[in-house]
Amino acid sequence: MSIRFDNPDRPNSYIGRTVPRPNARRLVEGRGRYVDDIVLPRMLHAVFLRSPYAHARIQSINTEAARAAHGVRGVFTGADLAEHCTPWVAVLAHLKGLKSAPQHPIAVDRATWTGEAVAAVVADTRAQAEEAAALIEVDYEPLQPVTDMRTALDPETPVLHPDLGDNLTFQREHVSGDPAEVMRTAPVIVESRFKTGRHTGVCVEPRSILADYNRSEKQLTVYHSTQAPHMMQVVFAEHLGLPEGAVRVICGDVGGSFGIKVHVYPDEVATATISKILGRPVKFIADRLESFATDIHARDHEIDARMALDEDGRILALDIEDLTGIGPYSVYPRTSAIEGNQVVNLCGGPYDFANYRARTTVVLQNKSPTCQYRAVGHPIAAAVTEGMVDLAAEKLGLDPIEIRRRNLIADDAYPYTSPANMRFEGLSHHKSLNKLVEMMDYPALRAEQAALRENGVYRGIGIASFIELTNPSPFMYGIGGARISAQDGCTVRMDPDGSVVAMSGVTEQGQGTEAMLAQVTAEAVGVPVQRVRVITGDTQTTPYGGGTWASRGAGIGGEAALQAGRALRENILAVAGAMLQCAPETLDIVEGNIVDLGTDTERMPLSELGRVVYFRGDTLPKGLPRELVVTRHYITSDYPFAFTNGIQASYVEVDPETGFVKLLKHWCVEDCGRVINPQLVDEQIRGGIVQGIGGALYEESLYDTEGQLLNANMADYLVPMASEMPDMIIGHVETPTRESELGAKGAGEAGTAGAPAAVMNAINDAIRPLGGRVTSMPMTPERILRSIHHLPE
Amino acid sequence: MKASVAGYARAQSLGHAFDLLQSAQGEAVVIAGGQSLVASLNLRLSEEALLVDIRHLPELRGVVLHEGVLRLGALTRHAELAQAPLVAEHAPLLTQAAPLIAHAAIRSRGTLGGSLANADPAAELPACMIALAAEILVRSAGNERRIPADAFFEGLFTTALEEGEIIVAVDIPLKAAGDRHVIRELTRRSGDYAIVGLAGVKSVDGVRLAYFGVSDKPVLAAGAMTILNSGGSIEDAVSALQDDLDPESDPHASAEYRRHLAAVLLRRVLADMTNS
Repeated sequence: MSIRFDNPDRPNSYIGRTVPRPNARRLVEGRGRYVDDIVLPRMLHAVFLRSPYAHARIQSINTEAARAAHGVRGVFTGADLAEHCTPWVAVLAHLKGLKSAPQHPIAVDRATWTGEAVAAVVADTRAQAEEAAALIEVDYEPLQPVTDMRTALDPETPVLHPDLGDNLTFQREHVSGDPAEVMRTAPVIVESRFKTGRHTGVCVEPRSILADYNRSEKQLTVYHSTQAPHMMQVVFAEHLGLPEGAVRVICGDVGGSFGIKVHVYPDEVATATISKILGRPVKFIADRLESFATDIHARDHEIDARMALDEDGRILALDIEDLTGIGPYSVYPRTSAIEGNQVVNLCGGPYDFANYRARTTVVLQNKSPTCQYRAVGHPIAAAVTEGMVDLAAEKLGLDPIEIRRRNLIADDAYPYTSPANMRFEGLSHHKSLNKLVEMMDYPALRAEQAALRENGVYRGIGIASFIELTNPSPFMYGIGGARISAQDGCTVRMDPDGSVVAMSGVTEQGQGTEAMLAQVTAEAVGVPVQRVRVITGDTQTTPYGGGTWASRGAGIGGEAALQAGRALRENILAVAGAMLQCAPETLDIVEGNIVDLGTDTERMPLSELGRVVYFRGDTLPKGLPRELVVTRHYITSDYPFAFTNGIQASYVEVDPETGFVKLLKHWCVEDCGRVINPQLVDEQIRGGIVQGIGGALYEESLYDTEGQLLNANMADYLVPMASEMPDMIIGHVETPTRESELGAKGAGEAGTAGAPAAVMNAINDAIRPLGGRVTSMPMTPERILRSIHHLPE
Repeated sequence: MKASVAGYARAQSLGHAFDLLQSAQGEAVVIAGGQSLVASLNLRLSEEALLVDIRHLPELRGVVLHEGVLRLGALTRHAELAQAPLVAEHAPLLTQAAPLIAHAAIRSRGTLGGSLANADPAAELPACMIALAAEILVRSAGNERRIPADAFFEGLFTTALEEGEIIVAVDIPLKAAGDRHVIRELTRRSGDYAIVGLAGVKSVDGVRLAYFGVSDKPVLAAGAMTILNSGGSIEDAVSALQDDLDPESDPHASAEYRRHLAAVLLRRVLADMTNS
């Protein structure tokens, strides 16, 4: 039976409705349980001594005074832990040529970025451990750091890991068509350099782990603020020499992750290793300073782009040369080559053209490692692509909306394969564009802009189309050899009182996954949503799954819940048919009651069926299946990824005297397929836009030439704050994926993907009459002012 | 990081506070609202000191008219500054300045005396005191003295306060009819420390312009003031800022950008004074 999601009057119509989040009240009342809330008997606290040098040889470490300090239960160096934990090398087979060096939980003889752990202290309290860590004496021999990615491959630059031969960790070039020839002959060529600033995710809850190795059971239980419990189970097992079944990862409430918490962090593995050595629970909570220095960074790219067009403004070719610095190691196990790879995959993505060359060059350097952060590569690709489209529009005298109309892939062109070989099942660029133009009343806004400019007010409108990669198949990591599940499962169970428990392999990070699962399950089974309890984040109780990444929770986890819920419903109806002596096909479940199909006449509540099945099973026919627990799994197979699309617009005002930007309004129309909970989706988009604006205007992890991080605090590293954020108007076009019955694609990264491009184009639209153009992010007031020549160089 | 302090003592009276400071032999620090101090303790930028808590001393409170000046107790919170009718009437510069200080939670706890003693060069209140030609009243176990605001701030987090001295109040000359008070600052985000700020007071004696965020302490733009107070043009005053100010570069802004913004602010503050 197919549910007609478009009929709002259908029974149990939770899919498509804004339903309150089941965990909202608990979290608001302060009754959440984050890792730091968990206190175990005999628990110790770990603190890490971190390298003050970006690159230094560790000559010797004297831990004597620290060992003697009050409350200290152990001091560990890299060499100490190397005996208990094997190092890792973050490469994937499908990223050809990717190389990295073995990385240990604590640096063994060389520190390679400011903040890398060089020793650990565990003590009865965190304060005691900090006091003791200050007593450790490390004899460093400072080495020349590699900081500038532009010179990382020069012969004079030291090679970070001599065994690798050079500082080039990955390079990929993709060519389709004949871009060189088209660039030579095309009537219109535009070119520009773009820079996106290195920044990080800044989760409200910092990275947190509590590892508890129980010698009597030979089991390691890890309470972990993570996006991917099953992936971490594999990692702990493999590197600590334990069977996977002897490792249990439990992920309770998580205070935001944004991709930051989907990676293997050396200090977290060290914490688990120390717990195994000591046989005691050990807790490590990163403070804000170490979060800035050791959470993964991202987006450190410089891109040279060229675009060829015909006289009518049709894109003929695009050429992208991308350079990125990823720190001293590729990050385990997803690798740090993915972001550059995504730039190659995604540039030009919304547009219909044939000739494409893109190359990414990924180099090593002595800064914090970079890896996947919300909308991996998308904001970079969108900024470059949309910046080039606007540049072309300017050169051709075309309106930014018009040039996009001429180039966006037609809505009836699907299935479509892009010049980067990305396969699109069904996108809605033109519908989305039309809806955006209508929502923002584009002509009126242009008129207002022109009128104000007469008065010396410089406002700008920026448009940015984008695509977003969601619902990944094993093509993302699995084919490269990583034990990262692209499949996900859900177990749905009916208890005697007719209530339902859903256990899922996707995880809750604060984004509302559990609300989504409850809605889907309630509708699939036919019970009130309040009667569904959701359990996520426990490798020992939930079905095996991938967790939260690449916008997969609703599309993959939601479909598994839908299938499991429907299967349970069938099983319930089979029992009901036997009890009511009628064919199951004549019955239905509506709001927790067995009813006659069609008339909705109530026959009995599910609690009666539960009572009979669980306590008076003797009254049912012998041999009647009575399975009120069902598990289903789901994996995508027709397409490597379910791409979504959307378009954003930004309206800004630039103060030409100061370079300050005021964000006046922001619009986004996006198509994530089936919308399960409109409010949650809208807030995902808004939160994503804010994070995108952060990268566009505010956030940058600043290093000096010695590799010192200059702004590792919330006063100097600027995150976007509510006061400066514009009103955001969100609209939807729904093109469900035909791969699943639910039809949902991901929505978590769309806002971040397109926002920086929209804001950049808006700023440049505002300052164009002043002769200015900025393509370096963050677009600080000073950079803007310099571009309009109001500041001496 | 966890703060490392030698101890905490709540002063029962001002005399008790002096005794506590003396007993710690220089290893004590006064805490009131704690909005800067606690953050620095948590970064272990200052440690191993005895915290002497003066929050509960009534003699450090109050906003009153006293012998022809506006007297603000050292424990006056930023939120009180923003709302006090006497401040609005007699020193509206502070009414304007208070909402610019950090965020609501900080304004509810942070104190006037704390801000002045902390002497952050980018903070609003020290510059306001200089613009207002306020006097800072400080007391120690055996002495009381008054320090003119422009002599009080000596450098980065450094003041004329001596060991054992506590700020008890500030005295502010009353605004006369026709005087103009204006403060403007440029911050990346609401509540941030200013990249550049300017507090200006115009009275029959002329204009006083105190910049913040451009040096290691709040500074009077003496050259610009002289030009303006002798009938010179605004653009000549702007030119004089070149010598008045010597800002440095930091991750938030280059020195040139700060100079540029200082000029922009001067024009805007003077325009506000004319228009208000």
